[in-house]
Amino acid sequence: MAANEVLLNVVDLVKHFPIMKGVLIQKQVGAVHAVDGVSFDIVKGETLGLVGESGCGKSTTGRAILQLHRPTSGSVFYEGKDLVKLKGETLRKTRRRMQMIFQDPYASLNPRMTVGQIITEPMLIHDMTTQKDTQGHAERLLKLVGLNPAYTSRYPHEFSGGQRQRIGIARALALEPALIVCDEPISALDVSIQAQVVNLLEDLQAKLGLTYLFIAHDLSMVRHISDRVAVMYLGIIVELTTRDELYSHALHPYTQALLSAVPIPDPAIEANRKRIILTGDVPSPVNPPSGCRFRTRCPIAAEICKQKKPEFREVTPGHWVACHMV
Amino acid sequence: MSELLSVQGLETQFRTREGIVHAVNGVSFGLKEGETLGIVGESGCGKSVTVMSMLRLIPSPPGKVSAGKALFQGKDLLKMSDDEIRHIRGSQISMVFQDPMTSFNPVLTIGRQVSEPLEVHMGMNRKQADDRVVEMLTKVGIPNPRDRLNDYPHQFSGGMRQRVMIAMALVCTPQVLIADEPTTALDVTIQAQIVELAKRIRDDLGMAIIWITHDLGVIAGLADRLAVMYGGYIIETAPIRDVYAHPSHPYTLGLLGSLPRMDESGQRRLVSIDGLPPVLLEKPNFCPFAPRCKYVVERCWKENPPLMQISPDHTAACWVNPETGRER
Ligand SMILES: Nc1ncnc2c1ncn2[C@@H]1O[C@H](COP(=O)(O)OP(=O)(O)OP(=O)(O)O)[C@@H](O)[C@H]1O
Ligand SMILES: Nc1ncnc2c1ncn2[C@@H]1O[C@H](COP(=O)(O)OP(=O)(O)OP(=O)(O)O)[C@@H](O)[C@H]1O
Ligand code: SF4
Ligand code: SF4
Ligand SMILES: [Mg+2]
Ligand SMILES: [Mg+2]
Repeated sequence: MAANEVLLNVVDLVKHFPIMKGVLIQKQVGAVHAVDGVSFDIVKGETLGLVGESGCGKSTTGRAILQLHRPTSGSVFYEGKDLVKLKGETLRKTRRRMQMIFQDPYASLNPRMTVGQIITEPMLIHDMTTQKDTQGHAERLLKLVGLNPAYTSRYPHEFSGGQRQRIGIARALALEPALIVCDEPISALDVSIQAQVVNLLEDLQAKLGLTYLFIAHDLSMVRHISDRVAVMYLGIIVELTTRDELYSHALHPYTQALLSAVPIPDPAIEANRKRIILTGDVPSPVNPPSGCRFRTRCPIAAEICKQKKPEFREVTPGHWVACHMV
Repeated sequence: MSELLSVQGLETQFRTREGIVHAVNGVSFGLKEGETLGIVGESGCGKSVTVMSMLRLIPSPPGKVSAGKALFQGKDLLKMSDDEIRHIRGSQISMVFQDPMTSFNPVLTIGRQVSEPLEVHMGMNRKQADDRVVEMLTKVGIPNPRDRLNDYPHQFSGGMRQRVMIAMALVCTPQVLIADEPTTALDVTIQAQIVELAKRIRDDLGMAIIWITHDLGVIAGLADRLAVMYGGYIIETAPIRDVYAHPSHPYTLGLLGSLPRMDESGQRRLVSIDGLPPVLLEKPNFCPFAPRCKYVVERCWKENPPLMQISPDHTAACWVNPETGRER
């Protein structure tokens, strides 16, 4: 990573979704605290993994960074500019350098457009090409993601899940982005196809110098692909550090439980593994617990955890954690 | 341990607009008392259809179980009367599905649904049934179960619904529990809860389990034996440790290589399996894995390999020994 140049800087990002009630007059009766104050940097050329259980706010964080959901508060600095304060044309131009690929390779492609049209449409919108050059661009991009360039005139339904995910990646690459938010890009794919797509993402990163925010709930895959990892729980980041540090010296009780729950594909090892089994379920993000959000399931929770919110602090260089007991 | 269930040469097809789908092509396996058998394989390889065929749950049309036997305690499930098979499904072989929401009736309370098999198959009265339900809900870790009997399915979280589903499958103390991807939709911490629960209950009640999954991690800690499926065939079976220590079919080898592992040091490139899983519109007269196989030899295109014994307790359907790269 060249000189640890920060590409993206997220400061105290908050996204609440209002809950409305009432038939004639809609009144806000509460809010889903989907993302509740997260801060982190992404360094140029790195892959930052973002993990956590369903509903903890990973996708909302990704979307709020790209301003697909306008944040409730906080800042997202990209090349010195706060995207939260940008509007209209300037926002659109800045955002071009950040793209997203989605979990569902079926839903995210327009079924009535050819693959060539799907891939080059964003280039036309941003005046990066002219109609007569689209064919060439489409072929080049298909080749880049390992698909046959002769496929430009086919429709999405003629492709398998893994191939559709490649098309989604080609579309994201068309705008020559610096940052790609990958929101569970392999979760919907078969095991034997997942490795194909992950290898492709790694090759493209090496070739094009891309930076990734890689959202996933598969901790083995996140470990494989990430340089650093952030762990989310109920709208906040509870731990953030380098990959090796996290997987060898996790400090937060939630991270420890999460790691211990991941099965290892080896019966000899599994036979002797001791697991931390968390009791209960994740509380509702409408009424998150006071103090530490993890306290209702934490095996070492104490009185202070109820009273006081633990500060997210750097305990050793580059290792951030939010827990009173660390 | 004696053989509780023995499936022999099971074949199932579906008639679709594109043609006949050969979903299961002559599958055979056995299950001993108290044994846990894992069935793994990718989406569409025929795992669900195999067990649904065995329990006569294939919708017909479009489906048809065209050949095979499924002997349960010596009697063929495929030849029983509808009443007999219904009774067996309700009390001796139970099933847990991937998505518990689709298996619950949304307008009946959890208490009613879990106790139904007790009243129907065991002839219990309401009070006896309720007591038994409370006992089972406690066993699967539902807090304050008596207070929750009158709750509806949507009032439970995903993990809790899955536990209630397991309780429902266990109320009649079946001899076989079939779990079809019971943790796939759940988070890892909840998945770990369910797997621990299954192990504890198995050890308490001594039942046999067939656990279907595509996750080679989850099954590693749970099964005694493993059957790997590909394109409607079982392509390898062995005691669980043998499969991971000596995978003997190129597909099994590929699957294991494509998985990143938490206990690995450093970052290796994942071994990917090129190409795509087969479309099942034809029953191949060559090895179904041949189009994707790195070890393919001429013979693979001429003859579909049967499951062959490669050591006393280990079978694989492959002409080549992937450890040496030479034909067997
Ligand atoms: N548009 C929306 N309106 C209201 N609530 C929302 C909206 N989008 C997300 N939420 C809620 O915000 C919380 C965080 O959701 P989010 O999709 O970010 O979670 P996630 O970590 O991506 O989960 P998953 O792993 O299931 O994708 C959840 O409680 C979700 O129900
Ligand atoms: N009702 C049906 N009509 C037509 N084809 C069917 C039907 N049910 C299953 N099939 C086909 O049979 C094959 C095997 O399906 P099956 O459901 O057994 O796969 P599976 O291994 O359980 O996959 P998954 O992991 O996705 O659950 C698939 O090709 C599927 O499309
Ligand atoms: S602050 Fe308290 S409740 Fe929260 S993780 Fe630390 S010990 Fe557990
Ligand atoms: S029989 Fe041939 S094609 Fe099939 S798995 Fe073995 S080596 Fe590969
Ligand atoms: Mg998400
Ligand atoms: Mg299935």
